[in-house]
Amino acid sequence: MERDKQTQPVITPTANKETLSGSEILIRALVAEGVDTVFGYPGGAIMPVFDALYDHKERIKHILVRHEQGAVHAAQGYARVSEKVGVALVTSGPGATNAITGITDAMMDSTPMVVISGQVVSSLLGTDAFQEADVIGVTQPITKWVYQVRRAEDIAWAVSRAFHIAASGRPGPVVLDIAKDAQVNSCDFSYERTTFLRSYQPIPDPEEDKIQMAAEVINSAKKPFALVGQGVILGNAEEELIAFLEKGGIPFGSTILGLSAVPTDHPLNMGMLGMHGNVSPNIKTNECDVLIAIGMRFDDRVTGDLKTYAKQAKVIHFDIDPAELDKNVKTTVKVVGDAKQTLPLVTKQMEQRAHPEWLAEFDTYYQKEYDHIIKKELYPESGEIKMGEVVHKVTEATNNEAICVTDVGQHQMMSTRYFKYTKSRSMVTSGGLGTMGFGLPAGIGAKYGAPDREVCIFVGDGGLQMTMHEFGTIMDYGVNVKIILLNNNFLGMVRQWQELFFDERYSETQMKNPDFIKVADAYGIKGKKVTKREELDDAIKEMLDHDGSYLLEVVVETKGMVYPMVPAGGSISNIMLGNGYSL
Amino acid sequence: MNDNKTLYTITIFSENTVGVLNQITTIFTRRQLNIETLSVSPSAIEGIHKFTITTFTNDEEVMKKLVRLIDKRVDILKAYYNTDEDLVHQELALYKLSTEKVMEHGSIEYFVRKYNVRILEVSVDCVVFLKAGHFDETQGLFEELSSTIGVLQFVRSGRIAITKSKVERLSDMLAKREEQKSLLLATQQI
Repeated sequence: MERDKQTQPVITPTANKETLSGSEILIRALVAEGVDTVFGYPGGAIMPVFDALYDHKERIKHILVRHEQGAVHAAQGYARVSEKVGVALVTSGPGATNAITGITDAMMDSTPMVVISGQVVSSLLGTDAFQEADVIGVTQPITKWVYQVRRAEDIAWAVSRAFHIAASGRPGPVVLDIAKDAQVNSCDFSYERTTFLRSYQPIPDPEEDKIQMAAEVINSAKKPFALVGQGVILGNAEEELIAFLEKGGIPFGSTILGLSAVPTDHPLNMGMLGMHGNVSPNIKTNECDVLIAIGMRFDDRVTGDLKTYAKQAKVIHFDIDPAELDKNVKTTVKVVGDAKQTLPLVTKQMEQRAHPEWLAEFDTYYQKEYDHIIKKELYPESGEIKMGEVVHKVTEATNNEAICVTDVGQHQMMSTRYFKYTKSRSMVTSGGLGTMGFGLPAGIGAKYGAPDREVCIFVGDGGLQMTMHEFGTIMDYGVNVKIILLNNNFLGMVRQWQELFFDERYSETQMKNPDFIKVADAYGIKGKKVTKREELDDAIKEMLDHDGSYLLEVVVETKGMVYPMVPAGGSISNIMLGNGYSL
Repeated sequence: MNDNKTLYTITIFSENTVGVLNQITTIFTRRQLNIETLSVSPSAIEGIHKFTITTFTNDEEVMKKLVRLIDKRVDILKAYYNTDEDLVHQELALYKLSTEKVMEHGSIEYFVRKYNVRILEVSVDCVVFLKAGHFDETQGLFEELSSTIGVLQFVRSGRIAITKSKVERLSDMLAKREEQKSLLLATQQI
C-alpha cells in the first residue's frame, strides 16, 4: 500500500498551532490522511465527533449505514478496490462489538482499515458504565494495532500512527478507541504524518543471497509453478509479477484473494487454487518441481492436507510478512520483502524460458474439467438455471470489466470460478474469515471506492438476509450497485456438505424466504425475479442498463453442487468432479 | 507432564505501552502454550520493557513461529528464544517459617551453609529465608524445609536471564533502526 497515492491532504500539516476540540482534531487529522469517505453510525459516546463532522460535510462524505457491521464491511470493500485505507466510525459498546466481525475479516484478509470507536468518559472506564465495552481487550487479537485515546492531546498522534500502521507493510485493521472526554476537551493542534516507528519495520530488507538463490532455483526448474496471492495486489506489483511469470514461462494459479492480479485470459493463468479451484493448478501443485508462492499464506483451503502438499517440489516463498514464512509449508528459499521490489530483482537474474510441454499438461486437465463440469455449469440446455451460467452471463455482459463482490457460500465459489477479470482489484470477497453478510455492504463500499466502475454483487438467499438492512443505505444514497441474488432457497454450501458427508440429512438448511423483490421495492430498489433460462439475458441487460441500484433475483437449482471439490483436510490431488467422476 | 519437552526462555523487548502483555499472552494462548514463568521489568534502556517468559515444548519449530508472531506485533521491538545452555538464569524464592518451629528444630546454620540462604527477617512470629538459584535449587530447599521445619508461605519469582553470547541483540537492532530512520528522513526530504 502506497499511502502517498492517497488524495493529497487539503489541510497541510500546520506549523502554527491552533486550539481545537478533540473531535475537530480527529476530523482534521482524517483529512490530512486523505480520507474523504467514512462509513459509520452515531451513538452517545461518539456524538462529539459526529457534531464536528457536521461542519466538514464538503471534505468528508459520511455514509450512514444501517448496522455497524455494514460500516466495517463497506470500509473493507472501499479499501479493497481503491488502494486507500477504509474508515469506519462507530459508537462505544454495542457499536464497537457490532464491528468485530468486519475487523476480524479485515485482519484475515489484510485489508487496510481504521475503525474509530467512541468510548465512555475516561473517568468511567472500567466501571461498567452505560455502553462501555472493553474494546481494547476484545480487539487486540484481531487487529494489527489498537490504541485507547484518553486525552485530546493524543488524538492527532494516534490517528497518524493508525494510518501508517494500517496501510504499510502487510496491511490490516487498526482500532482507535476514543474516550468521550478526549473528543470534547481542547488542546493545541498540529499534524505530522508518521513514517517511522522504531518497533515496527513494515517492509523487511530484501536479502541479496536469497534473491540470487531464488533465481537459481527458478532457472533450474523444468516444471515451475507459481501461486499468486493478494500480496501482489496489495503491493501494486501486478506488472512486476507478469514480467516475472512471462520471463520464466511460469504458469500460475491464484488464491481466491489473488484473483484479478493478472487478467483471466493471460496464457499463463491456470485459474483458481484450492477447495473449489480449478483442477489443473491443484494437480500441478503436486507435480511441479519448483513451487513459487508470491504474497500468499498457504491457507488450509488452498493446501488441503499439508502432509501430501507439494512434497516433491522446492518451494520459494515471497512474502512481506516474515511470520508467514515456514508457518504452514516448509520452504527452500524465503524471499522476504515487498513483491514490488523483490520480484524485479529475481526477474533480472532469471533466464528467459518457455515450458511448452509442461504448459500442455495443464490443458489436458482443463479439458477434463471443461467436459465434466464447466460446460455443464455454463451452457446447460435444459433443467433449472445454474449459478455458474448466471455468473458467466453477467461477466460477459459487463465485458469482463466489472468489480465482482460476493458474499459467502456456493454462489461465492461460482462467482470466483466463473467471473472474469481484465483489471486488478476486481474481486472483493471474504476469503479468510468466510463472513456471510459481507457481500451487500462490501459492495456498497466498493462502489464508493471505485465510483466509475460497475459493481456486481453476487449474494445467496442466506447471506443477503444477514445484512439486508443495507438496502436502506442503498436507498438513502442512491448507490448504484447491481445485486444478483442466486436463490436456491437453501443454505447451499452447508447443504452440499450435508449431501456429501452427512447422509443428506438437511439439518436447518432449508429456508422459507421472503419476496425479495417486494423487499427491494420497499427500499426503492428496482428488481426482477427470473425463473426461466430464456428470460435471463434480457433481465441481465435490463439490470445493467438501469441507471441505479437493481436487484436481479435468479431462482437457481435447489440442489446445485459446486465442483470440483477437494474435501476438507484431503490431498489436493484427490479431486471430486461430481456425478461419480473423479480424476 | 513435560517429559521430553525442552524449557525455552523467550526474551521480549517492547515499547512501554498499555496492553503489551495482553498481546503477548494471546499469542501463547492461540498456540496452546502454557506460560511456566513470567517476569517483566523496565530494561536498561529507558522506555523499553523486558519480558522473560519460559514455556515447555517438544518442537523448536513452535518456538520459531511463536517468536515471529510476537515480533510481528507493532509495539514489540525484538523477541527471541534460548535454551538453558545459552543463558545465565536465576529465580528468587522467599520462605516464611514459624519462629517457634525454627527454635524447636534447633540450628539454621545448616540451611545457610548448604543452600546459601539469606535471612531477611527474624521476628517473634516468623523467620524469612531468601534463596536465589535455579528452579531445582529453590525447589530443593522448599522440599527440605517442608519436611523438617514446615513452610508457612512460599513464593518464587519468574525467571530472569541474560544470554552468554557476545551479541547484544537489542542495542544492535536499535542502532540499525536509527540508521534506517535517518535514511528514510533523508529520502523524504529529497
